[in-house]
Amino acid sequence: MGAIYRREMGAFFTSGLAYVFLAVFYVFSGYYFYNEVITSGYTDTSPLFKNMFRIVLFLIPILTMRLLSEEKKNRTDQGLLTAPVGLWEIVLGKYLAALTIYVIAESVIFIYALILGYLGDVVWATLLGNYFAMLLLGAAFIAVGLFISSLTENQMTAAVFSMALLFFIYLSDSFTERITWEWLYDLALQLSFYSRYIEFTQGVFNLTSVLFYLSTAFLFNFFTVRVLEKRRWS
Amino acid sequence: MIEVKHLTKRYGDKRAVNDISFKVERGEILGFLGPNGAGKSTTMNMLTGYISSTSGQILINGTDILEDPKKAKSNIGYLPEIPPLYVDMTVEAYLNFVFDLKKCKLPRKAHLKDVCDLCKITDVRGRLIKNLSKGYRQRVGLAQALVNNPPVLILDEPTVGLDPNQIIEIRTLIKKLGKRHTVILSSHILPEIQAVCDRIIIINKGVVAADGTADEIAKSITNEHKMTLRIEGPTHTATDKEQIVSAIRAMDGIKYVRADMEREKGIYDYDVETDGKTDVRRALNELCNKNGWNILMLQLSDLTLEDIFLKITMGEQFDTASEKKDSKKPQPRINLVFDGEKPAEAAETSEADDKGGEQ
Repeated sequence: MGAIYRREMGAFFTSGLAYVFLAVFYVFSGYYFYNEVITSGYTDTSPLFKNMFRIVLFLIPILTMRLLSEEKKNRTDQGLLTAPVGLWEIVLGKYLAALTIYVIAESVIFIYALILGYLGDVVWATLLGNYFAMLLLGAAFIAVGLFISSLTENQMTAAVFSMALLFFIYLSDSFTERITWEWLYDLALQLSFYSRYIEFTQGVFNLTSVLFYLSTAFLFNFFTVRVLEKRRWS
Repeated sequence: MIEVKHLTKRYGDKRAVNDISFKVERGEILGFLGPNGAGKSTTMNMLTGYISSTSGQILINGTDILEDPKKAKSNIGYLPEIPPLYVDMTVEAYLNFVFDLKKCKLPRKAHLKDVCDLCKITDVRGRLIKNLSKGYRQRVGLAQALVNNPPVLILDEPTVGLDPNQIIEIRTLIKKLGKRHTVILSSHILPEIQAVCDRIIIINKGVVAADGTADEIAKSITNEHKMTLRIEGPTHTATDKEQIVSAIRAMDGIKYVRADMEREKGIYDYDVETDGKTDVRRALNELCNKNGWNILMLQLSDLTLEDIFLKITMGEQFDTASEKKDSKKPQPRINLVFDGEKPAEAAETSEADDKGGEQ
């Protein structure tokens, strides 16, 4: 796993993808930090996190698009799959590399916290809670992106399809309100990535939500492993 | 070392590989020969655990590749048809990655240096793989297979796309590796297999068509033995020719005789085919002594690997086709890649064989 993780980290930076991801992330988080936090006159960082949901939605597919699709296209997967490593090691190595880049991006928050600390008192509990929520969101979305990358040989297809899926997850909340069947409404609410995330930004630390994001991450990584496994049997 | 039992791979209704069984011993170089699409790569992909088999069993060093894939795979170095190279890495970084990936316990610096020296890529270690030529890439591919010193090497068409010098280099290298490793090598290039391998398995349409050394296969394919004679008759005319042909034909154990070209003035060559059981050379000598003829040359010409290959892979299909379209179309067997050989000549000889008539 270590070898794959290190190679993937190297590839993120040599391909320039990491720089693009980090730059775009910093630009938008900087914009929201200035526009939603600084100008509001409060040190509450929640509006920043609330808005970043939409940005993360479009950025994560960029991070995950080539992880497995390119291996398949260049036939380098043959090297990985015939090496004495398990499928979980391959998938987790790649997953954790993408997650690391995401954490590097997200940690810019602490620089904003320093700036806020200069201007007033930082509410660390809210800030850390939000930071944690965003981390969970990324963990789940990266697993989804990685899974879609395993389905295709073309990185653009992977990116577009991941964006569409994540955007659909985001939009599904507006459908939920129109559902009249109570049981389906409850189910849809339980499965809502957005409302669970927003709950965090409102200062509610819900353990079921933590479990929800973590199990989504696990489930999609599991699917990815199954896709790789199935390819051998087809 | 490697044991394959009743291996079958189906894609839908199509059987890419159908009930293949063979065994490879330690230190053996086995050649996998077959036309494109015969199932060579599919078999190799199954041997290395890249794809699974539909049925059958593969044992690498006694370990079943499906039951304990990690252990089985750690015994294999694999060079696929397209080397699995990350083109955005330098050779050095890539080999280090492979070293880690294979969880190699050997001393890193010394081992990688050995591998690079062996594959002659030491001078490009610092370069990006995408800037390397095809020959160097192939060698880096070979180097990654050698990392961790696996007892089994599986090489899928290792010389494809290389120039003649590089081909010779790689062949020499494979021969050298064969002393310490068990090597399975696939190719559709006949001279290559003949030059490098101890044993040959010919695969055609997913089944093993022949298995053995080149000589053994030749014997099993045909019990005919051919020889070419040059006999000098007393008169140096065509009457000699007819006399000699009919005298030889009258001998025991002769299947057919035909006079070939006039190689020296008034002296002809004779193609003689025996039943393979009788050694007719002494009897021929006697015959010539008795008639006052001189044998100027006697050359045994067994089937070449090329003949065998064509016979096995195109056999009946070709015979019927050539009968019908003989005059219209060029022979389909010319389509095969002979790499450095002369395809036209090969087609000529085989055509003569097929007609097999006497003159």
